Amino acid sequence: MQELINRAKELLADGTVARVLGWKAGDLPYNPEPAYFETEEDLKDFVYNGFCGANLSKYMIEASKLEGKTMVCLKPCDTYSFNQLIKEHRVDREKAYIVGVGCKGKLDIERIRKQGVKGIERIEGAEITDDAETLKIQTIYGEKTIPYADAMLERCHVCKGKDHMIFDEQIGESKETKDAERFVEVERIEAMSPEEKFAYFRSELSKCIRCNACRNACPACSCRKCVFDSNKFDSSQKANVDSFEEKMFHIIRAFHVAGRCTDCGECSRVCPQGIPLHLFNRKFIKDIDELYGEYQAGADTDSTAPLTDYTFEDAEPSIVGKRG
Amino acid sequence: MYKIAKENLSALFQLIAENRELYLPVRTAGQTNFAAWNADAEVDLDTLKTVKSAKDAFFPQSESLYTVKKEGKKMAIEPESLKELDFVVFGMKACDVKGLVVLDKVFLSDPIDTFYAARRDHGTVVAMACHEPEETCFCKVFGVDAAEPASDVAVWTVGEDLYWKALTEKGETLTEAVKELLTEDGAGEAAVEAEKENIHKIVEKLPYMNLSLEGWNGDALSEKFDSPIWEELYKPCLACGTCTFVCPTCQCYDIKDYTAGNSVSRYRCWDSCMYSDFTMMAHGNNRTSQMQRFRQRFMHKLVYYPANNDGMYSCVGCGRCVEKCPQALNIVKVVKAFQNQGGEK
Repeated sequence: MQELINRAKELLADGTVARVLGWKAGDLPYNPEPAYFETEEDLKDFVYNGFCGANLSKYMIEASKLEGKTMVCLKPCDTYSFNQLIKEHRVDREKAYIVGVGCKGKLDIERIRKQGVKGIERIEGAEITDDAETLKIQTIYGEKTIPYADAMLERCHVCKGKDHMIFDEQIGESKETKDAERFVEVERIEAMSPEEKFAYFRSELSKCIRCNACRNACPACSCRKCVFDSNKFDSSQKANVDSFEEKMFHIIRAFHVAGRCTDCGECSRVCPQGIPLHLFNRKFIKDIDELYGEYQAGADTDSTAPLTDYTFEDAEPSIVGKRG
Repeated sequence: MYKIAKENLSALFQLIAENRELYLPVRTAGQTNFAAWNADAEVDLDTLKTVKSAKDAFFPQSESLYTVKKEGKKMAIEPESLKELDFVVFGMKACDVKGLVVLDKVFLSDPIDTFYAARRDHGTVVAMACHEPEETCFCKVFGVDAAEPASDVAVWTVGEDLYWKALTEKGETLTEAVKELLTEDGAGEAAVEAEKENIHKIVEKLPYMNLSLEGWNGDALSEKFDSPIWEELYKPCLACGTCTFVCPTCQCYDIKDYTAGNSVSRYRCWDSCMYSDFTMMAHGNNRTSQMQRFRQRFMHKLVYYPANNDGMYSCVGCGRCVEKCPQALNIVKVVKAFQNQGGEK
């Protein structure tokens, strides 16, 4: 982390960048927040640890409009989102000085709480430099130890790899965290009967409170004005109505980001109700892989994407076709 | 003081639900929220904070107000009926009970919100003292005692038993109705006192409990409103509605029409000051930037509401926003940021 801070100071001092986009230490052991730093003095609050899960690439849409360059800290998975945003002309590459930061898996406070941890006072082992495989958590109800992997976000278990897809320089070591196959959960759902699938998604999606956190965190959801924020047409808009969330909202969103979603996992990370929203997107990714050949959105900035490209050999999947 | 063994709780819920609706914390797909009880419901009284507060029981996130139907050349208006059935909300916490006091001041002041008033009339609140408060709690800052919920019935958990004490007439009525499952316990007072003391000791250790609200009051309007700090604070905000929808005191709503061919139903749904069309009017929107909308939330809780309600804040320190904000922003950080700025200048 100190190396990162030192480099940020240098880049600010020599005028390469006008500001730094990273994370600021929180007031609890696990709640750093995304923040801009403009001076050396500001950087005293800079932090980078296991709880810095937020994907900062989307903030670069706004930062691209500012005067001067922004040094942005991107984890390996965040760089896919950044590439995709370049491809969609939503960020300005010239306005970003990308520091690819190392990653040893990001932590999920909800998952920690689910293991009965409450009254947290201190957490040891969340630093990027910590070699420990466990988190030591001091609480007012006693000390708890949790294996690091058991406290990680789902996305880190199916990590796409620790290489940065785009960067100006890299700082910090990474550690492999992948210990599960990306499509296993999708396959489990595919194997369900239509009734089981419907029941599963209903029970998950009826928890939705229409807070729009998934949409607002999503780097692929970068429309200037979302159709669901329009008061000019009769969508359920901001009303929380189970039938709409179960059958429309999340499905429409998944279709809209299909072929562009990099599987960064922010939708599921930010959901206050713990809905595994990434599964919709991952199903599309799996289908695209199978129908059009393997494709990873955000792996580059110039390839043609399967859903925006046409060839005579294209598959034409259709439920109607199948039913004859 | 009455007592009931935890193992008899399902019998208690069944008995309550015989003649009333019963809402309590239920675990569905891994999350605990208030929901209607049924025999198959997985009741979860161990989770301290439900994701959403119990606000829905009195002020649902979405509700129909009336329907206009076309019948030939005439229009028929069918108002939605008011709550007529008695119901019980079991398992709220002291902070959420205080949240109802905040809502009362808004909805029960003239003009009275009849939908809300009917639910308040028919609802009985059984609240539990917080056996193990958490680091995100700061109810004490707002004068709430986690050990003494000011509900119709207060309940304390001691070992394998729940102690039960009616505090209001409604509470007495409910107690009468379920008396067959309660046992009187003379020694209960001592057990409950010990539990209260224990809760108070834990509360003292919590990191946010001594948060100072100095300088936040109804008179601080211009000073707080014009502060340059908001420009820094709002930046990481995603403009999602999580904080407002999990909050027990956020009370803003929108009224809209849903057109369904031959009928139109007029409904209301919670609004969020984080949303781009918040308070949108015919002339346009008076808060056009996210900074202004972000500022609104905290000004409302800590300045506007106290200005209109004898200094009472409209935050109760439940800490749900602290737990749930995707980017880890919250009211505590806002208060602290103003404090720090005060110290430096």
